[in-house]
Amino acid sequence: MSTTANSERSLQASHGWFSGVRSWWRMLVICLEERLAYRTDFALGTVMRFLPIVTQVFLWTAVFAASSRTDIAGYSRDNIVAYYLLTMVTRAFSSMPSLAGGISRSIRDGSVKKYLIQPVDYIGFLLASRIAHKLVYYIVAILPFAAVLFFCRGYFPPAPDGLTIAAYILSLLLSFLLGFFLEATLGMIGFWFLEVSSIIFAYMLFQYLLSGHMFPIDMLADIPTGLTGVSLADIVRLLPFEYTAYFPAAVWLGKITGWELVRGILIEIVWLVIMIGVCRFVWWRGTKRYSGFGG
Amino acid sequence: MRRYIKIFSTFARACLVRDMTFRVNFLLECLTSLGWMSMNLAFYLLIFSFTPEIGRGSGWSREPFFAFVATGLIINAIVQTLFMPSASELTEMVRTGGLDSVLVRPLDAQFLLSMHRFDFSSMANGLVGLGLLIWAVLRFPVAPPLIAWLLYPLLIVCGVAILYGLIIMLAAATILMGRNQSLYDFWFYITNFSRYPAEIYAGPWGDPLRTVCTFVIPILLVVNVPAGTLARPLSGEAWGMVVLTFAAAGISIGLSRIVFQAALARYRSASS
Repeated sequence: MSTTANSERSLQASHGWFSGVRSWWRMLVICLEERLAYRTDFALGTVMRFLPIVTQVFLWTAVFAASSRTDIAGYSRDNIVAYYLLTMVTRAFSSMPSLAGGISRSIRDGSVKKYLIQPVDYIGFLLASRIAHKLVYYIVAILPFAAVLFFCRGYFPPAPDGLTIAAYILSLLLSFLLGFFLEATLGMIGFWFLEVSSIIFAYMLFQYLLSGHMFPIDMLADIPTGLTGVSLADIVRLLPFEYTAYFPAAVWLGKITGWELVRGILIEIVWLVIMIGVCRFVWWRGTKRYSGFGG
Repeated sequence: MRRYIKIFSTFARACLVRDMTFRVNFLLECLTSLGWMSMNLAFYLLIFSFTPEIGRGSGWSREPFFAFVATGLIINAIVQTLFMPSASELTEMVRTGGLDSVLVRPLDAQFLLSMHRFDFSSMANGLVGLGLLIWAVLRFPVAPPLIAWLLYPLLIVCGVAILYGLIIMLAAATILMGRNQSLYDFWFYITNFSRYPAEIYAGPWGDPLRTVCTFVIPILLVVNVPAGTLARPLSGEAWGMVVLTFAAAGISIGLSRIVFQAALARYRSASS
C-alpha cells in the first residue's frame, strides 16, 4: 500500500515537474513569437539604444579636450566611454520595461483578481515571465551588443581577473532581481492610487539620475551636502539605485576592489532581501484592501 | 486656410479643456517634465565644474551653452506641445486600422494626423527655457545685436519646421512598416544629436557625422544656428548657416509632404 502511495506521489511529482517545465517552455515560445512578430521594429529598437552613447563619447571627448585634464573623478576619457557601455549592459539586466505599469493596470482593470482565486503566486508568476522575456531579449540582442562592444574594445582596460569577472556576473544577476522587486513594489502602489503613471515617471527620473546611468556616481564625490565630511556621492550610495547601473560597471572597470567589493555585494544582497520583504508585504496589505466585482 | 485655422483652434481648445478637467494630472505632468529638465541642467552644471567650455576654443562656455540649452528647450517644447502627441498615436492607428476613419474625412490627412492632439503640459519646459535664455543672455560679455534678436524667432520657427518634417517622415515609415513602436524612441535618439553644440562632433568619426547631421538630416541646424546667432558674432560663415537653415526648413516641409503622400498611397487597411 505504502509502496503504491509512494510511487503515485513520485509520479505526481515528476508530472508536476514536467508540467512546470512545459509551462516555462510555453512562456518562452510565446515571448519569442511576440518579439519576432515585429522583428524590424525590435532590431531597430535594439540598435538605436546605442545612439545616445555616441553623443556621450563626443561630449566627453570635447570636455576632456577643453579642460586639458587626463582624468575626471578617477575616470579617463576611455574609462567614461567604457563606463557608459557597461551601464547599458547592466540596464539590460536591471531595467524592467512595463513591469510597474503592467501591475498597476492589472489592479485598475481588475485582471489581477484571477491570481487571487487561482493557486498561482502572482509575484512568482511575474518573476518567471520576466526571466523568460529577458532570456528572449538576450537571444535577440546579443549580436548587436557583441558587435558594439567589439567595435569599442579599444576603450576598455585589460579584462579583469576571474574573481572580479565572477563578482561582476553575480552583481548583474543581483541587479536583475533588485530591479524586479523595486519595480514590482512600485506597481503595487496601484492598490492605493488608481493612476500611478506620474509616480512611475518620477521614479524613473530619480532612478536614472541616482543609479549612475547618467554619469558615474564618483563625480559627485566633491559636491558638499552641508554635513561635515559627507558628499553627495555618500548620500547617493545609501540608496539601492547604484546597484542597477553604476556598481557592476565600476566592478568591471576595477574602481571597486578587495574588501570594498565584498562589502558592496553584501549590501546589494541586503537590499535585495529588504525589497523582497517590502514587495511581499505591500502585496499582502494591498490584496487585503482590494475589492473586485463581476466576471 | 481659414477653415483649417478654425479646426486647429477647436482641437486646441478641446485639448485644453480636457487638460483642465484633470488639473492635478496636468500639474503632475508639468512637474515631471520640469524634473527631467532640471536633471539635465544639473548634469550640465556638473560638467562645467570640470571644464571652462565644451570643446577647446569652441566658445561654448557656461552662459552661451545655457543659451543653447534654453533654445533647445523652447524648440522642443513647441514640438512636444503641438505635434508629438498626435504622431505617437499614429502607430496604433496604423496597426488597428483606425487610420481609415481619418482618411475618409473631408480634411487633409497630414493635417489631421499631425495636429489633432496637443500636450499643453510640455509648454512648462518652454517657459523655463525662456527664463534660462534671459538669464544667460544678460550674462553675455557682449549683448547680441538687434539683427540677431530679429533672426532668432524666425530661426526658432525654422528649427520647429525641420523637426516637424522629421516627425512626418517617421510617421510615413510607420505607415510603410505596419507598426513602428520605436518611432518615439527613434525621435528621442535622433534629436539627441541636436542637444549639444555641433563643434563636439570632430575627428575622423565626428566630421562625417557632423556633415550628415547638417546636410542630410539637418538636425544639427535646429538648435545650433538660432543659439549661435545670439551667442556669437554674425560672421560670413554664420550668415551661410542662417541661409542654410531657412533652406533646410523649406526642403524638410516639402520633402516630408511628398514622402507622406507616397506612404499613404501604399497604405493597406488593417481593419475589416
